[in-house]
Amino acid sequence: MKLTIANKSFNSRLFTGTGKFSSSQLMKEALLESESELITVALKRVDVENENDDILTHLNHSRINLLPNTSGVRNAEEAVFAAQLSREALETNWIKLEIHPDPKYLLPDPIETLKATEELVKLGFVVMPYIHADPVLCKRLEDVGAQCVMPLGAPIGTNKGIKTKEFLEIIIEQSRVPVIVDAGLGAPSHAAYAMELGADAVLVNTAIAVSKDPIAMAKAFRLAVDAGRIAYEAKLASVKDSAEASSPLTSFLTS
Amino acid sequence: MFKAIFDTYNWDSTLKSIFDKTESDVRQAIEKENRDLEDFKALISPAAKPFLEQMAQISQQLTKKRFGNTIQMYAPMYLSNECQNICTYCGFSLTNKIPRRTLTDAEIIKEVEFLKKKGYDHILLVTGEANKTVGVDYIKNAIKVVKPYFSNISIEVQPLEQDEYESLIAEGLYAVLVYQETYHREEYKKHHPKGKKSNFDYRLDTPDRLGRAEVHKIGLGALFGLEDWRADSFFTALHLKYLQKNYWKTKYSISFPRLRPHTGGLEPKVEMTDADLVQLICAYRMLDEDLELSISTRESEVFRNNIVKFGATTLSAESKTNPGGYVVERQSLEQFEISDERTTEEIATMLKEQNLEVVWKDWQNW
Repeated sequence: MKLTIANKSFNSRLFTGTGKFSSSQLMKEALLESESELITVALKRVDVENENDDILTHLNHSRINLLPNTSGVRNAEEAVFAAQLSREALETNWIKLEIHPDPKYLLPDPIETLKATEELVKLGFVVMPYIHADPVLCKRLEDVGAQCVMPLGAPIGTNKGIKTKEFLEIIIEQSRVPVIVDAGLGAPSHAAYAMELGADAVLVNTAIAVSKDPIAMAKAFRLAVDAGRIAYEAKLASVKDSAEASSPLTSFLTS
Repeated sequence: MFKAIFDTYNWDSTLKSIFDKTESDVRQAIEKENRDLEDFKALISPAAKPFLEQMAQISQQLTKKRFGNTIQMYAPMYLSNECQNICTYCGFSLTNKIPRRTLTDAEIIKEVEFLKKKGYDHILLVTGEANKTVGVDYIKNAIKVVKPYFSNISIEVQPLEQDEYESLIAEGLYAVLVYQETYHREEYKKHHPKGKKSNFDYRLDTPDRLGRAEVHKIGLGALFGLEDWRADSFFTALHLKYLQKNYWKTKYSISFPRLRPHTGGLEPKVEMTDADLVQLICAYRMLDEDLELSISTRESEVFRNNIVKFGATTLSAESKTNPGGYVVERQSLEQFEISDERTTEEIATMLKEQNLEVVWKDWQNW
C-alpha cells in the first residue's frame, strides 16, 4: 500500500533534506538517485523572493515536492509567520515544523510545537511536526490535526541511529497518522530498522550529504528503506529469547 | 555572573596545570567521546603537539557531521574609527593622531551596495567606543539602514547594557561579538589604561548581559599576543561552557584574532605560531562539535586554504578595517592590516575547488 499524507500519495518512503552538500549540483544528483518525492529545505537558507535562488532552482523537478521547514525559529509565533511567508512565496501549504530554541542540539520544543501545529492547521496548512519520540505528544498533535508526526531517532545530525526504539514502538502502535522517523539515522541499516519497526517513512539528510559519495549513499538508503518496508509487510519472524527445550518439563501432564 | 566563577581561578596555577598535562592525558582526551575542560587543557598543552595530525582528522570528521561540506561567508563593515579608549594594540587608539571618521547613512548605503554586489548577506558592523558620536542610537540607526539588505546582522562594538542590547535585538540584531582580549587581569589593565574599556569586570560580564537579552549568537575570543594563548584559551572555553549552561537559547562562535601590524603597533609578547592556532582550533572542535569557528582575513592565504578543510566554519574575504574602506574613502586609516587579500570571488572559487559549498544566507528574521 502506498503512503498517503493529506491526500497525497508517495511511491517513495524515503524523505530527504538539502543541507550540508558540497554543491547544489551534487545535492540534486543525490536526491534524484534517492527517488525521494518529498524534500525538505530550510527557509532560512533560501531566498524565497529570488527565482534564481541556487538551491530552489536545483530542486525544480517534476518528481520533487518541496517541504519547507522552519529551522531557526524559536517559538510558535515565529513558526507561524515563517510558514505563512513560505506558503505565499513557494506556493505550498506543506510545512515541516521545526521549533528548536536550543541551537546546540537542535532539540524540538514540544510546547511551542503543539501550539504552532494547532494554529497552522486552522490556517489550512499540512503540518509535519518534528518532535521528540514522545507518545503522548504524538497523540496530542494528532488531536489538533497534524497530518503526520516526525519523532526523532536520535538528536539531529548525530548519525547515532534509532536510540528511541521503545518510544517509537509505542508511537507506531498508537498512531492514526503516518509516523516518519526524522533525525539521527546515520546508516542505511538504521533506516531499514526504522522501517522494520513499522515507521511509515524516514527522513535522511546528513548521512547522505556528508558521505564520501552522496549519490551512492542515496541509493543505499533507497534500497534500505524498500527492504525494511517489505520486511515489515512480510511480518518478521519473532525473535526467540530462549531455546525450545527438547525435553519439556510439563510433558508428564499429558502422558 | 561569570565573574563569580572566574574569580575562583588563578592565572598562574591554571597555566601550570595546562603545561603539566602528559601524553597519557592527551591520549585519553583524544579517545573520549564527550570531552570536558580538563581534556581541552590536555589538547591545547605542549604534550598534544605530536598528536596534531590525529586531532585534525578528528576535527574534520566532527565539523563535517555538524556543518557538512559548507563554509559561511560574512563581511565586516567598519562604521567609525572614533574611539575614546587607549588600547596599546589597536590602530584606532585615542592617542593615535589619525583623521577620525564616522559614516553617514548615505555613506553606509554606498558601502552596502558594494558588499551586496559581492554576494554578501551576513554583515558585521564594527565601531570604536565613542559614546557621543557612535553610541547606542547611532548603532540602532545603522542596523535600520542596513536591515533591508542583509538577512543577518552582527555587531562588534563597545559593551552595552542589557536593555540596550534588547532594543537592538528588536531592530533585527542577530549576534554580538565581544572579545575579552585577555583574561589576565593585570595585563588587561596595562593594555587598556584609559577609557571605559579599562574596566575589566564590566567587559567580562558583557556576555551575561547578552545572554539575558536573549541575543541569538554571542561571539567570544581572546586577542592572541597579549598573554599566553593557552591560558587565555582555557578561560575563553570556561566562559563558553558557563554561558552555554546558563543561556541555552543562544548560539556561540569563537574567533581567533592574532595581533597584526598597524599604526603605532605593538609587538606580540607571546607568539602564537600557525601550528599553535591549528592545535587550538582542533581542540575547540573536539570540545564542542557545534561551535562556529570563524577565521578572518588576519590569517594568510595558505592557512585559510587549509583550515577550511578541518575546523573553520565561517570566513570573511577582502575585508576593509577602515570606515568607508570599500568605496567611500578607501585610504582612511585602518584598524590593522589584513593578510589574505584575495577577492571574495577568489575565496569562493577556492572553496568550490575544495568541494565546499559557499553559504551566503543562513538566517532569516521572522
